[in-house]
Amino acid sequence: MSEEAKSGGPLPVVDWLKGAGTDDPYLEGHKCGACGAVFLGERSTCSSCGARDQIAPTRLSTTGKLYSFSIVHRSFPGIEVPYISAIVDLDGGGTVKGNLIDIEPDPANLEFDMPVEVVFGDALGRKDKEGNSYISYFFKPAA
Amino acid sequence: MSDVYVMGVDMIKFGRFPETTVPELGAQAALMALDDAGLKIQDMQALYCGNLGQASAMVGQRILQQIGQTGIGVVNCSNACATGATAFREAWMSIKAGVNDVVLAVGVEQMGKGLLGGAGGGVGIPKEGLLGSGTMPCVFAEAGMEHSRKYGTTFEQFAKVSVKNHHHSTLNPKAMYQIETPLDVVMNAEMISYPNTKLMCSVNVDGAAAAVLVSEKKAKELGLSRAVKVKASVLASDPFTDRDLTMPDVNAVTRIAAKQAYEMAGVGPEDLDLVELHDCFATAEILHYENLGLCADGEAGRMIDEGETALGGKIPVNVSGGLLSKGHPLGATGIANIYEVCTHLRGEADKRQVEGAKLGMTHVIGLGSACGIHILEKVA
Repeated sequence: MSEEAKSGGPLPVVDWLKGAGTDDPYLEGHKCGACGAVFLGERSTCSSCGARDQIAPTRLSTTGKLYSFSIVHRSFPGIEVPYISAIVDLDGGGTVKGNLIDIEPDPANLEFDMPVEVVFGDALGRKDKEGNSYISYFFKPAA
Repeated sequence: MSDVYVMGVDMIKFGRFPETTVPELGAQAALMALDDAGLKIQDMQALYCGNLGQASAMVGQRILQQIGQTGIGVVNCSNACATGATAFREAWMSIKAGVNDVVLAVGVEQMGKGLLGGAGGGVGIPKEGLLGSGTMPCVFAEAGMEHSRKYGTTFEQFAKVSVKNHHHSTLNPKAMYQIETPLDVVMNAEMISYPNTKLMCSVNVDGAAAAVLVSEKKAKELGLSRAVKVKASVLASDPFTDRDLTMPDVNAVTRIAAKQAYEMAGVGPEDLDLVELHDCFATAEILHYENLGLCADGEAGRMIDEGETALGGKIPVNVSGGLLSKGHPLGATGIANIYEVCTHLRGEADKRQVEGAKLGMTHVIGLGSACGIHILEKVA
């Protein structure tokens, strides 16, 4: 059981979201010291260049640019639609996919490379079987 | 090394057959391909079987339990949507290696309805609709929007792919659908994941296709009049690219496979008379015009606008109706597209015949990712 669960606070939606339940949540990348490739989640070998044991954790930026997107109108039962599925290139490296919120899901409102920021919040009320709540990350248009 | 020939090839009409088992569907196609080759199951030295849904359930052996348990070696394989092409290629390789002279390859799939894919799963809470979407329509929409970002490709241009392929399928009695879908119908259909509407998503169908592959020696024995030569067979996996973790890259893997295939065949894209490529979504077809070198980078939108890939155009693409309208039974697709190209090279494609077709290409993508490409040539 993770530290967060023991303390009864929210759990991270993915294991590369760190600091869940604190006032300083952030996304963690793992960067290859040999080629610079940035991964999400821990690993020992780089799939870009094959280097071993040169991967180190790095705190990912909370700002980035919209690289690509789709507006999802049909998903699995129980998933609220429409919403924007966004691919964001973070400043300083790393690409993350997530929901882009606080903007109408209409292609007319979206521009490639528009600046976005990473924000953290409750995972849309979703809970696991044990009733734990989760903290997730989202993107919103940069102010 | 011997050249390899397709002596027999066929597919069942794609549809929904909930009362039929997977091995029964595969057996139907296998018997049709054997008949097409004028051979019997006793003539086969090995069976290469592709299926995804029952990948651990010995589908190849169960096909032989339907049509003849002759004791031959059976390989069952799964490789996402490249499964059929992988089975065909393993059959090809066994002849290339000099192990076999006559082998059977079968691809078969029974599909449910509904969305494929989905983000996350595993531990914790569902990630779909929380960390974006992992549904296939969305993944391929995002890949299409990457093309829009680079070249300004429009929703309308993507939609035109679907208009074209649905039109082609009206000429193919083995396609799931034979229905014209004009541009306004495609664009006004239910939006699934922008810019892919429902009519821009491949159709989940049940299907099976099979091929008999033989060595050059055997082909000459049997007669070359309807034989088709396999000029290239290539399988590639996805190289590392910067956005791999969030965006499966179907472009880089296709470019690797295409380059190898052209080199192996000693031809270029300008030599092709028709192409069956992996139009799992309308957005994907646009990407692959460029990935396969059918046009220069950035020219795919113009290519669809000018009708160059329609039947009668410069390089007809997916004259079968493609996955968008012929249907996409995952494990069968990579052999069904070989059936389509062979049928044209044999001059037997009736109303949809690409006139004078001598050289054709098939292409599939299995997300995750695999790319299978075959180049096929008319012999007689």
